Amino acid sequence: MSSLSRDEVAKLAALARIEMSEEELVNLASQFGSILDAVARVQELNLDGVKATSHPQPLENIFREDVVLPSLTPDQALSGAPAQEDQRFRVPQILGEAE
Amino acid sequence: MIKTTASEMSLALAKGEITSVALTQQHLDRIADVDKKVKAFLHVDTDSALAQAAAVDADRAAGKALGPLAGVPLALKDVLAQEGVPTTAGSKILQGWKPPYDSTVVAKLKSAGVVILGKTNMDEFAMGSSTENSGYGPTFNPWDLTRTPGGSSGGSAAAVSAFQAPIAIGSDTGGSIRQPAALTGIVGVRPTYGAVSRYGLIAYSSSLDQAGPFGRTVLDTAMLHEIIAGYDPKDATSLKVPVPAVVAAAKSGDVKGLKIGVIKQLQGKGYQAGVLARFYESLEILSSLGAEIVEVDCPSFEYALAAYYLIAPSECSSNLARFDAMRYGLRTGEADGASAESVMNSTREAGFGREVKRRIILGTYALSSGYYDAYYGSAQKIRTLIIEDYKKAFMQADVLVSPTSPITAFKIGEKSEDPIAMYLADVATIPVNLAGICGMSLPAGLADEDNLPVGFQIMAPAMQDQRLYNVGAALEAALVSKWGGHLISKAPALGGAK
Repeated sequence: MSSLSRDEVAKLAALARIEMSEEELVNLASQFGSILDAVARVQELNLDGVKATSHPQPLENIFREDVVLPSLTPDQALSGAPAQEDQRFRVPQILGEAE
Repeated sequence: MIKTTASEMSLALAKGEITSVALTQQHLDRIADVDKKVKAFLHVDTDSALAQAAAVDADRAAGKALGPLAGVPLALKDVLAQEGVPTTAGSKILQGWKPPYDSTVVAKLKSAGVVILGKTNMDEFAMGSSTENSGYGPTFNPWDLTRTPGGSSGGSAAAVSAFQAPIAIGSDTGGSIRQPAALTGIVGVRPTYGAVSRYGLIAYSSSLDQAGPFGRTVLDTAMLHEIIAGYDPKDATSLKVPVPAVVAAAKSGDVKGLKIGVIKQLQGKGYQAGVLARFYESLEILSSLGAEIVEVDCPSFEYALAAYYLIAPSECSSNLARFDAMRYGLRTGEADGASAESVMNSTREAGFGREVKRRIILGTYALSSGYYDAYYGSAQKIRTLIIEDYKKAFMQADVLVSPTSPITAFKIGEKSEDPIAMYLADVATIPVNLAGICGMSLPAGLADEDNLPVGFQIMAPAMQDQRLYNVGAALEAALVSKWGGHLISKAPALGGAK
């Protein structure tokens, strides 16, 4: 039986930038054991020597000529912004207090 | 004429028996009549739909060459960006967002003259199998309004099965087109990965996501498939190959001499008796039409569900990082002096629903150092084994088949408190996504025990999508002649129907 504690869920939530209520943390922790048991089945097989597939197609880098193409105008790009100022996205403080 | 098919509507439009404006209005009226009960739509774009229809009518009157579905209405899953039209992916975090651009699928629909009626409900960010995870409330199955239509493209499937639109677009990451098609008695196709551009498709799990068509018949679905498929330089994973001749295949429907492989692992335990009965009956029909039925063994499929519920959450934990309250979408918690990080934390708490949080946390866990190899790494190796199982199976058979869903439509609320029970709804559809191949679900009849639709799944190798339509058309023709009409004609009237 796998399990994850309330504190471990809280740490993951912080890493994922989701503030969670106490109730949500406890609920998620209680569900996580059965979810982890279900997905842990991937460890039942001997996978030595099996290559990993990250994508269904063989991917290659794709290049194009370095020329200017039509793109969104600043107004279009900012049209969904929660806040804007001087044709820029206005965001909350990202660094500590200056003084 | 809402109860006919898209191909019949197309013919009537071409002959001048009806205008696109009148046809569109009939569907808008139907939506007004029944969507209070079905709740398939999140947004009905009445004015714009009528304007698109009028433009097609004008082009037709002017003698311009028009595509086969020009003037035919369609329902669009809310996961696809449409310029100036609210696009939420079923999430509160995108409430009120109007994209400044069209997804490639929408651009192709517009240039083909297809009339977009509105945006349909879905599980939030396509995470779910019942449409109950929508931030805007569930969609109800037109066959029985106490049941779910499946998901995540439940709104699109319900709209087609309730005659609110003859065709619709969905997206399929683990079965999200095929499973709701099965549960609502219609046809749905997940094209080969890379066949339809993902540009403007709000990402859930990028290596698995693929948009695709719904219709009430195999031919209608093929006509829509042909419009939305094709290479797109805006999607780096788009395949630079010709679109398979799916419409020609849907018109052919000849299985004589074809080998059809029944996957041993996708039947039996966990499958409802009525689902299996309709599945075996369909196999007998295909056999009587001259196909050879063989059994194929795909042992790693038993691990597909586990691998999927590591790979998809891992990719989603990364993809959904973009919802950071900075450039678009919801922003909450902006008190004086609140840091960007606390605004992000508070916005993501308020904007994401339970299942989305669950998957982001699971993905964050599976990708964290110390667990990466045991979970995500192992899942990627299982993915290789599944691809190899398919390769071997396709050496023995031209197409593979299974029931689409192990069960018929379940009750609203029945599985919403049990994530594992909900995940099992996708057990037969997920292997296709992991391998990047194509799959179709088409109606195989009603289960005896509950009188609800059963889906028959056909799978074909990458870029062999025409095989789905060929086999699907053959089975559909035989079943329709047996039933004396399409299965959908047995759907309840929902009142208000004309």
